[in-house]
Amino acid sequence: MSDRAAWRPTATRDILENRARQLAWVRGFFSQRNVLEVETPVIGRHGVSDVNLDGIRAEVVAPGVSEGWLQTSPEYHMKRLLAAGSGSIYQISKVFRNGERGHRHNPEFSMLEWYRVGWDDRALMAEVGELVCGWLDCARPEVIQYRDAVRRYAGFDPMTVSDQSLIDRCERWMPAEELRDLGRDGCLDLVMSLVVEPELGVDRPVFITGYPASQAALAKVSEQEGHPVAHRFELYIRGVELCNGYWELSDAGEQRQRFDADNARRQQLGKPLMPIDEALMAALDSGLPECAGVALGLDRLLMLKVGANRIDDVLAFPIERA
Amino acid sequence: MASYSTNEFRGGLKVLLDGDPCIILENEFVKPGKGQAFNRVRLRNLMSNRVWERTFKSGESLEAADVIDLDMEYLYTDGEFWHFMLTDGSFEQHAADAKAVGDCVKWLKEQDVYTVTLYNGTPLSVSPPNFVELEVVDTDPGMKGDTAQGGSKPATLSTGAVVNVPLFITIGEVLKVDTRSAEYVSRVKSS
Repeated sequence: MSDRAAWRPTATRDILENRARQLAWVRGFFSQRNVLEVETPVIGRHGVSDVNLDGIRAEVVAPGVSEGWLQTSPEYHMKRLLAAGSGSIYQISKVFRNGERGHRHNPEFSMLEWYRVGWDDRALMAEVGELVCGWLDCARPEVIQYRDAVRRYAGFDPMTVSDQSLIDRCERWMPAEELRDLGRDGCLDLVMSLVVEPELGVDRPVFITGYPASQAALAKVSEQEGHPVAHRFELYIRGVELCNGYWELSDAGEQRQRFDADNARRQQLGKPLMPIDEALMAALDSGLPECAGVALGLDRLLMLKVGANRIDDVLAFPIERA
Repeated sequence: MASYSTNEFRGGLKVLLDGDPCIILENEFVKPGKGQAFNRVRLRNLMSNRVWERTFKSGESLEAADVIDLDMEYLYTDGEFWHFMLTDGSFEQHAADAKAVGDCVKWLKEQDVYTVTLYNGTPLSVSPPNFVELEVVDTDPGMKGDTAQGGSKPATLSTGAVVNVPLFITIGEVLKVDTRSAEYVSRVKSS
């Protein structure tokens, strides 16, 4: 379609009104709870190291600044605020993820991220439930362990399945050679995306928690039934993944090891290496308070609110019209 | 040859998969919360016409298939090949075998223009225009007083295609036929 033919928004006026109401509702929710709203940079001097996230590079002209990245989430900056003693904080911001485009993805989207000082993942999950289900007027979420969800919907135990058996199970989608390159977590992601996710939260919202430790990202890890699991959770409603939360890792040493591991994997994959954000490391060294944090996709929350199947239906201008 | 990354996949793109040229029908991006992103792709294999579903790691790429659609005039058949000529004035000719011509054979009329799909320069398939005009060479005699509502009968056309036509159609008439459904559309007024 030509630019001239595509000048109109893809969201209706009614949906734009719902979007405005949603923002007001979220701000009201946190204001009542005395959580401080903050704004942190959209362009950071560092990008995220997570292998599965690609930032978008920004060209910045400023003395002493050599590199700029549109942020994939406000996490690093918000953690620096937490380390500096901000107390519980939330932020509504635009975030950017290159290459992510589909019926539930737009490379630029609105994220609600918040941190609760002194809380753990359980307490934060309860609050996520109140926020989401208060707005959507739905039943409170049930909690299912990652291990149980894969057992129930995919029919095998993700903690004990052998690498070969996992590859055999995934061969219906991809050749074995590619699956081997993908690694164990990649294969589990395939099963999660194509088999488990579509079944989640159909009748009632569901939290998935207790991810394998190898998928912990920035979450604390502890042992459960003899297997190390991450204190990480995701909320699914009607097959839509809505948020990702952690009982935050506060150990700077372990954090540095995970960043190094990310970069090693990036090198293998031919992706740009991300220099470690030393300001973040210094903040963690000075002490991140015990806290739990979560990032929630506001466009998807709005999709659920208005019953839209495509993210384009809730955006004024998706990337092709931007 | 160029290649396309999954980020560039869209309906209509022609790529090589397992050595066969395929056309992309649909591309869906999926990504679990923090994990690896994938593209679920539906493609039609242009050799077998089968629809394939494949999953790719996002960011992977496939080689572009050298597949182009060109307008060509049908010239003649020598029994083994069907010969076509480009309509761009170059007089360049291409010979399509029975596999490439496929079902289109029953719509082939000399001097009419068809879409010939070339793969690496060789005809892969031939598609007729949506409507063709062909002469009736055989049908039962028409009956007086029959109207358009009065039922139908088979008629054989000059190319060998058999279509159902209204009872009033007679041998020698030229008919407009929809090649997608092989249905009679109307009589063509002879000038």
